[in-house]
Amino acid sequence: MLAVVLHQKRPITLDVDLRCDQGELLALVGPSGSGKSTVLKIIAGLLRGDVGSVRIDGETWFDSEKKINVPVHERSVGYVFQSYALFPHMTVLENLMAAGGSEARARHWIEAVRMKGLEHQRPHQLSGGQQQRAALARALVREPKLLLLDEPFSAVDQLTRDRLYEELAELRRRLNIPVIFVTHSLTEAQLLADRMVVLHRGRTLQSGTPEEVFRAPATPDIARLVAHKNLLEAQVIAADQTLTLLDWRGLRLNAPPGAFTSGEKVAWLIPALDVRMNGPDEAPAHVDNRFEAQIESVVPLGDQATVRIRMPNGECLTLSAAAHIVRKRQLAAGRSIGVSLLPASIHLMPHEPH
Amino acid sequence: MDWSALKLSLCLALATSLILLPFGAPLARLLAWSDFKGKWIAEAALALPLVLPPTVLGYYLLVALGTGSPLGAFYESVTGHPLAFSFEGLVFASVLVNIPFALIPMQRAFEAIPLEVHQAAKVCGMPPLQAFFRVELPLAWPGVLSGFIMTAAHTVGEFGVVLMVGGNIPGETKTVAIAIYDRVQAFDMQAAGWMSATLLVLSLLALALTTRLGRRVAR
Repeated sequence: MLAVVLHQKRPITLDVDLRCDQGELLALVGPSGSGKSTVLKIIAGLLRGDVGSVRIDGETWFDSEKKINVPVHERSVGYVFQSYALFPHMTVLENLMAAGGSEARARHWIEAVRMKGLEHQRPHQLSGGQQQRAALARALVREPKLLLLDEPFSAVDQLTRDRLYEELAELRRRLNIPVIFVTHSLTEAQLLADRMVVLHRGRTLQSGTPEEVFRAPATPDIARLVAHKNLLEAQVIAADQTLTLLDWRGLRLNAPPGAFTSGEKVAWLIPALDVRMNGPDEAPAHVDNRFEAQIESVVPLGDQATVRIRMPNGECLTLSAAAHIVRKRQLAAGRSIGVSLLPASIHLMPHEPH
Repeated sequence: MDWSALKLSLCLALATSLILLPFGAPLARLLAWSDFKGKWIAEAALALPLVLPPTVLGYYLLVALGTGSPLGAFYESVTGHPLAFSFEGLVFASVLVNIPFALIPMQRAFEAIPLEVHQAAKVCGMPPLQAFFRVELPLAWPGVLSGFIMTAAHTVGEFGVVLMVGGNIPGETKTVAIAIYDRVQAFDMQAAGWMSATLLVLSLLALALTTRLGRRVAR
């Protein structure tokens, strides 16, 4: 298992605490400039950490207190660079052998990443996707204790990317080492990672499965980072073990119970997919949080449509609906529809003053 | 044509280049990738021979190499003859004067290697010396060779410092550049002309070669 703890103020502020198990694929997610690549480079030893430690399988690679800093070339790490960084004067086979592989092992990995037949090509003769595969093979031929990938899919086209996703998903099942990849794409994290760590301004804010982080971000900041559209504020009217009753600018909302007391200001969110449109003949009655809303705009995006609605209290919400439903029900700006905000989908967070 | 002067010039050029090569390449690599306090001062000092008048350099070298200096005295006590006005003294002076001509092309060549390729050598498990010989030098060699050639070409053409430090001793310190001056003083324009043409062709060839190598680095 890899365990990384970093606290530093310079050259950039880092406040990082992350763990990655054998065989686990961990996504390090954050916007540009959040320090993702810096963390990766400190783990590999390419940059020196200030205060903290990097440990793997009982080995210490870096410990500021004990003054341990194992040089990069002595750390058993496979690293795939954003630019792949293959050695331009060597063939694919030579690149792999330069990373310490025997010829037999190099050939094995070339086959594993489906590069057979290209072993004598130089990097500039390869496509972006092939370079990425060669870089991955070069990282793995050393049989490292840890695999690090720095935005590995950012330099290839969408088609190649989809194929590489599948290949990485397949390959990782054969690797029993911690794998960390850096990305600013949530979709990538949701698609590939077992767990994700959200990094913002050098701080690890939350870790969990992509589903957990998306459903229940710990703070409004994280909710914004994972691109929640319906992020709002409300005041707690009453709270007990079964529910939290909210006053959302004049509308009453039932929300799940949480550690909030009455009178407290909270932030809340509901995923766009969980704002339900009520059927025209659906009986009202017992469903919680039913409202009549006005459609502001309908933007079709492929087979989904983004619908902006104005609630009776004047606030706007965004909901996602299948394009065929939008057509069938002839949803258009100006029309009114009934919506339900399912209490179970509402997530409450501590209020953060902007 | 003064063949012994030409031979001396070529020997001096080769000696200077061969001495600067093993020091120049690692130093150029260090300057390309390390950031240390006072790096700008070091870079300025190493480039100084580019702008100083040869007489100023020559003067200081003469003082440093003379029998009165610790270096000159030590050399004379070991070898039995003085360092100034000797071929060895000329080599010493020539090495110092040529540092920027060797260093600058080499440094540019190392700087042209992408940072991630440089880092990739490390994460592939190569210790620094291995990374230098397997990755960095093979990628920077056109620049390194270009520094070697520039040094040789510049040494053949050096006049002021050679005159100051070496004087004009036939077979010992009289290079082609000095011989040309010597012939013109003696109104022997034909000999001066032949030697000038030889230097012109040599220099043009050297510059053409380094330009071509420079293109290789850029690719």
